[in-house]
Amino acid sequence: MTTVRNSKRLIEGQHLLGTESLSAQEIVRLLDLGERYVELSRQIDKRQAVLTGRTQINLFFEASTRTQSSFELAGKRLGADVLNMAVSTSAISKGETVLDTAMTLNAMHPDILVVRHPSSGAAELLAQKVSCAVVNAGDGQHEHPTQALLDALTIRRRKGRIEGLVVAICGDVLHSRVARSNIHLLNKLGARVRLVAPSTLLPTGAENFGVEIHRNMREGVTGADVVMMLRLQLERMSGAFVPSVREYYRFYGLDEDKLKLAKPDALVMHPGPMNRGVEIDSNVADGVQSVIREQVEMGVAVRMAVLDALARNLPGGGNA
Amino acid sequence: MMAPSAKHSSGRKAYLNARLVDPAQDLDEKGGLMIEDGWILAAGPKVTAQSAGSGTTVFDCKGKILVPGLIDMRVFTGEPGNEYRETLATASEAAAAGGITTMIVMPNTNPVVDDAAIVDYILRRARDTAIVRVAPMAALTKGLAGELMTEIGTLQEAGAVAVTDGNRAVANARLFRRALAYAKDFDMLVVQHAEEPTLSTGVMNASETAGRLGLAGIPAVAEVIMVERDLRLVEATGARYHAAQVSCRMSVDVIRAAKARGLPVTCGVSVNHLVLNENDIGAYRTFFKLSPPLRSEDDRRALVEGVKDGTIDVIVSSHDPQSADTKRLPFAEAEFGAIGLETLFSASLSLHHNDGLPLSRLIDALSTKPAQILGLEAGRLAPGAPADFTLADIQMSWRVEDHLLRSRSKNSPFEHRTLEGRVLETVVAGRTVYAYDPAR
Repeated sequence: MTTVRNSKRLIEGQHLLGTESLSAQEIVRLLDLGERYVELSRQIDKRQAVLTGRTQINLFFEASTRTQSSFELAGKRLGADVLNMAVSTSAISKGETVLDTAMTLNAMHPDILVVRHPSSGAAELLAQKVSCAVVNAGDGQHEHPTQALLDALTIRRRKGRIEGLVVAICGDVLHSRVARSNIHLLNKLGARVRLVAPSTLLPTGAENFGVEIHRNMREGVTGADVVMMLRLQLERMSGAFVPSVREYYRFYGLDEDKLKLAKPDALVMHPGPMNRGVEIDSNVADGVQSVIREQVEMGVAVRMAVLDALARNLPGGGNA
Repeated sequence: MMAPSAKHSSGRKAYLNARLVDPAQDLDEKGGLMIEDGWILAAGPKVTAQSAGSGTTVFDCKGKILVPGLIDMRVFTGEPGNEYRETLATASEAAAAGGITTMIVMPNTNPVVDDAAIVDYILRRARDTAIVRVAPMAALTKGLAGELMTEIGTLQEAGAVAVTDGNRAVANARLFRRALAYAKDFDMLVVQHAEEPTLSTGVMNASETAGRLGLAGIPAVAEVIMVERDLRLVEATGARYHAAQVSCRMSVDVIRAAKARGLPVTCGVSVNHLVLNENDIGAYRTFFKLSPPLRSEDDRRALVEGVKDGTIDVIVSSHDPQSADTKRLPFAEAEFGAIGLETLFSASLSLHHNDGLPLSRLIDALSTKPAQILGLEAGRLAPGAPADFTLADIQMSWRVEDHLLRSRSKNSPFEHRTLEGRVLETVVAGRTVYAYDPAR
């Protein structure tokens, strides 16, 4: 294992709760470090001892195999002791609140708490009450900052830049924390963001988010450098927000026909898990323009960068 | 209406050298107030040290304002059923400290106030434990279920001053039309929480802020379409209707037009909606999660205008005690509601200080109008009225801290804020129930 203790401060905050509160400089520094961790992760010895002795707890109030595994791997590669806590099935059903659970864990002196919760603002609430660093791994419909960072890293590696690119974020924007985090981040880095969705799946006031809005997907993806699809959750499909899966796919699913309207070298992205045949056609998902599997690889690297950056700001982390 | 057990204090008393503000008599001048046996004998410039005579206990008000005691038309307590949040006794202590001499309590208790026996229970508990007057509104529908009408006539006889489902809207139009028609026969006031339930499943104002925070919104149209529907039914039945709280510009416009048409309509607004807006929610602060939700600054300004021109009749605290375990939660999971008895007057005064609301209209909205709408004797400083009044220094500022608050729950949206205006003394039926203590 390589031992590297770097004390250079990368981000100002104690926590990573969202991309809205990050500056462009902080984002770029995280992406640069993420880049280095991509290289490390491709080596045979993938470990680097920047979190040795640190305890990381992954506190998931909502099941998510991929995000949790990604954070677990990121922590372990950096030498942290990682504990996974799935709370959705245990304490909450016994009436224990988010804060009770957090305070219990806090008493175990973790250094980093990675939190996923179905309610918007839950990560913020926890961060106010615990003494360790908190990473928001998705709070309700609010933010999912590491997803936006990994998306940005994927785009930057492929396109060499983010500034000036046209990024079409398509689908269920209303319920998507991924969309919100991406809007903030991409705007800060100078991309031109479009939201493509039916009116029933757009948040109130979206026109003031600094984005272009398209209700027609063909128009929305025309000339795009990146087409970023969002997952449509099953409970939203039948009658509540859109009439049916069939109709949704017809007008808002990304198929080869619609993709042709984007730039020939446009990237196709999806945060996963995908509903094939609902928001994305299988041929497109697995096609040459798809970088969906690469996003997963970038996820581990970017999360390593985030954990590293936050650990530097912890007491005894070089900056404190 | 039940007054506290020590009903009044005997002996003649005179509060001299005050600035008397009584909208009922169009009075705003220097003078004194003479009371005896819990009733007002005289008020005005002629009440002086000379006119008081010997045998009268005399208090010098040193030029502070003296107003009819505040009547808060919308108070939730936890009694019966959730006494850990608030009892009638603790609510009355808070009310007294806020200059409120009459609390109108809501039927959303456990059991629900939908039966004459429960009305009677509230009145007896108030008589035995509360230090200000208490009058209940009874439920409009049994169990607040929105399906069957309560015994409106019997509830009225038992002492209910109005019928309402409190913090729930009566959505069924057929039932509501019948209830209005029936209540009209008893001249009973019908109070509605105007909000279309199917559009009100969110947790804050539907706005750009909600979009950014990822919180489900409650659009202003949810309120205004219910108000508009109700006004049609009021027009058809002639019943007296009061919209408990309006929160948006559209509702103010609609009610202004209805009043111009001569409909028997009144409405209220919570002080929270007059001085706060949706931006105060900041980073998911659940003390600002209210029903109806705090809305935009434009809506807030329209509400202030509505109070100024009298479209909005009354200002309420909408006191709703919630404990830490229902508020210290992620925003969407937290309960709605804020306490407000102790801050109602002080917070409302900012409308006078900052928004140009005349003091007389403010006192009208906090005391005189509620008394008129509910048919209460109080709300004025006229001879023969109950000796319920409040002495206040409208310039004295104080910082709201939860250890200072008497309410059993501490969910105040004004926590850590400095308010300008302080109640010095509160008198109910001639008896001092609160006196400001600078040491506290």
